[in-house]
Amino acid sequence: MDFLEPAFMQRALLAAVLVGITAPAVGIYLVQRRQALMGDGIGHVAMTGVGLGFLLNSSPVWMATLVAIAGSVAMELIRAYGKTRGDLALALLFYGGMAGGVLLINLSPTGSNANLSSYLFGSLSTVSSEDITAIAVLAAFVILVTVGLRRQLFAVSQDEEFARVTGLPVRLLNLLIAVTAAVTVTVAMRVVGLLLVSALMVVPVAAAQQLTKSFRATFVLAVATGITVTLAGTVTSYYQDVPPGATIVLYAIGVFVLLALLAAPLARRRAKAAEAAAVDGCDSTVPAGRKPADDVRV
Amino acid sequence: MNDDPVISVRGATAALGARPVLRGVDLTVGRGEVVALLGANGSGKSTAVRAVIGQVPLTGGTIELFGTPRKRFRDWARVGYVPQRTTAAAGVPATIREVVSSGRLARRRFGWTTRADRAAVERAIALVGLADRAKDSVSALSGGQHQRVLIARALASEPELLIMDEPMAGVDLASQEILAATLREQVAGGTSVLLVLHELGPLEPLIDRAVVLRDGCVVHDGPPPEALGQHALPGHDHVHPHAAGEPLRTGLLS
Repeated sequence: MDFLEPAFMQRALLAAVLVGITAPAVGIYLVQRRQALMGDGIGHVAMTGVGLGFLLNSSPVWMATLVAIAGSVAMELIRAYGKTRGDLALALLFYGGMAGGVLLINLSPTGSNANLSSYLFGSLSTVSSEDITAIAVLAAFVILVTVGLRRQLFAVSQDEEFARVTGLPVRLLNLLIAVTAAVTVTVAMRVVGLLLVSALMVVPVAAAQQLTKSFRATFVLAVATGITVTLAGTVTSYYQDVPPGATIVLYAIGVFVLLALLAAPLARRRAKAAEAAAVDGCDSTVPAGRKPADDVRV
Repeated sequence: MNDDPVISVRGATAALGARPVLRGVDLTVGRGEVVALLGANGSGKSTAVRAVIGQVPLTGGTIELFGTPRKRFRDWARVGYVPQRTTAAAGVPATIREVVSSGRLARRRFGWTTRADRAAVERAIALVGLADRAKDSVSALSGGQHQRVLIARALASEPELLIMDEPMAGVDLASQEILAATLREQVAGGTSVLLVLHELGPLEPLIDRAVVLRDGCVVHDGPPPEALGQHALPGHDHVHPHAAGEPLRTGLLS
């Protein structure tokens, strides 16, 4: 357990666990509403925030948070109100965000593309104790929202129109999901990087639902998967010279493949049980058939 | 208890884009009444229902629910809404119990679930005959069973008014009978019902009054059209497949 010794590793592991919890916890609602790639879009927009942080010489993490929140709110408004060309508007936002980040960071005196790459792909070993404080505060917010409001967020993500008729503040809850997703992106930024954030929001959920039948079980298994792969990836990168972000994502995909392979025989067994439970098979007799040629005169 | 109708629509007009869909619709559902809204595709019946629940804005006219103008109506637990079933499922598995529980949010939007909430959910699931499948994923259900889940979700808030959009569309015969029995039980308990239907079908004996729409206007408001289901509807486009003795042309050779 010598990887626990260095202070930077303690910080890295703490950051990794927080990301392992928060990313799937938000991601499950995005997957449920079929917006699995929303996290990716926010990640692109957050790059402009990182660039802005360097240019203004302020904290890139907080700047990225602010810009990502603004971007995600814009995306949610486009989704809700812009009916026809929504996808194009989103594309503009994604690519504008990425280009803005590259431009701003090159304009800033201290920034370079090398700095940017630590945000793009994550840089766990350089997580400072101030970073940890920011990550912990943001993660607490995300957990509070995703667990505390799970029934409301579930209802809105399952059937938005029905949720509106129950009198839930649907517009507000949608914005809350968007903002929470944006906060999660910036939490995960230092660990897996902006380009791989979306993977950690989506892949554990996809892996979990290979085995589960309920939302609750999917949530629990996805978070457990998230924690496992972020810890495993971080420890691996300590012993082997591999980038932690990419390692974490590949572990997550590995878990997905494993659970998918496990699920196949399980599904077969369930189908067999259902077949046995259905007592009456096909016992109706087909009325005697006529020759099909009879009524077709050519 | 007052005698206000549970739904009162007066001169409602609405448009989807530039196309007028409702052109002055009057529609009343009295307490304990079962009203069917009939009409061909595109007659505006779904839009009318969605206007009642506030999902389509009116360009004119008024809507009152339980005597309160719809814009000021907040007591959504009194209304159970069953949307038209879509085949698009959500991206994450959910059990019947989880989906039906959402209906309970109309009673208490925030806060913990109480024992009364859980009991109401179990009751609603039992009412539609799915008690033994409460833990199953909704994606494993047939169309008819899925429709029953949506009805249980609406019943979970113990509503006084049920609004259903095409509850019988794509539902197998066995489920249609269970649905009709569930509805009969609710109506016997005093629930008012507004249903959008394409044809009267097995629900016919339950229906007190039928309102027929054509091109966004009410063309009939009274007892259900006597004749044979949807054949009686104005504008019904009945295509006779072939007359006896006439050769059935099926191929290039005919």
